[in-house]
Amino acid sequence: MGSRKRGVPEINAGSMADIAFLLLIFFLVTTTMDVDKGLLVKLPPWSEEAQEPPQDIKEKNIFVVLVNAQDQLLVEDEYATLEDVRRMAKEFIDNNGDGTCQECRGLRDPASSDNPGKAVISLQNDRGTSYNMFIKVRNELLGAYSELRNDLATRKYGRDYESLSESDKEEVNAVYPQFISEAEPVEVGG
Amino acid sequence: MAHIKKKKKAETPPLSTASLPDIVFMLLFFFMVTTTMREVTLLVKVKKPQATEIQKLERKDLTTYIYIGTPKSAELGTEPRIQLADQLASVGDVQQWVILQREAINEAERPKFTVSIKADVDAKMGLISDIKQELRKAQALKLSYSANPAASVEELYKAY
Repeated sequence: MGSRKRGVPEINAGSMADIAFLLLIFFLVTTTMDVDKGLLVKLPPWSEEAQEPPQDIKEKNIFVVLVNAQDQLLVEDEYATLEDVRRMAKEFIDNNGDGTCQECRGLRDPASSDNPGKAVISLQNDRGTSYNMFIKVRNELLGAYSELRNDLATRKYGRDYESLSESDKEEVNAVYPQFISEAEPVEVGG
Repeated sequence: MAHIKKKKKAETPPLSTASLPDIVFMLLFFFMVTTTMREVTLLVKVKKPQATEIQKLERKDLTTYIYIGTPKSAELGTEPRIQLADQLASVGDVQQWVILQREAINEAERPKFTVSIKADVDAKMGLISDIKQELRKAQALKLSYSANPAASVEELYKAY
């Protein structure tokens, strides 16, 4: 037993980098980092009978936005352009007609909404309305709420709404709860 | 005059490439973890609308996608169609399919189940509304209108 044990020869790791690079390039090419983003919406539960507007909501507490098949807008029975929607919605939500909302800075017009808790925005569209226009209007309405919430957050906490803690956010949301209803499409014509 | 001997230029030592595989492996693992293979082949053309008030969908595994757009192959016409998973479907199929998708996920997390509508900008609201009705029937009430972020609101007004 004179022979010395021979060590196992080392494996050359020089090509390791090449193999890793190959895999890396494969994953680089196949990867799609698309995070899905979108306008989050909550639908009302299904009911068999056609939706009747509840009788206990006063006419002045409903802000009607109509979009017809030609993508034209009718806001509160007036022709409007997309630029107007956000401002009009903000004025409507923030109006505070009965004075119960301490944080609001609205005009307190008796003909407009009582307070943000009662204000409902109703978005109605035609079957021929383009999806693009619908999303734009929906975006403006959501934007009106987020601007109001952001303003309140700046007044109250001196910070952006996004940077608030969860409990502070809830407090702001309680002042401006979001009521946007998407009515079933009707033939509003054009 | 003393002759100043020029020193021989010191050779820069060769860069050690021994840590290169480590770096590459690190990148590799990063991409392996973040990668999501495209699950469906799109049969319809979808050009998403732009919006500013968008929110990120938190959980991909709790989200189901409905694609709406004109079919890519010309034989199927130019009218916008619905695509569920890997095939074209009609409005009547949506309810059943959404229920099946929801059944597939953990019972505790079913309330977070979200349907994401990825519709083409040129689709008409008639079709979208029909799908919305079907979703309401299926009790899938959390909905996301998938959109791309727009740089500013003014940009949206311009296209109008």
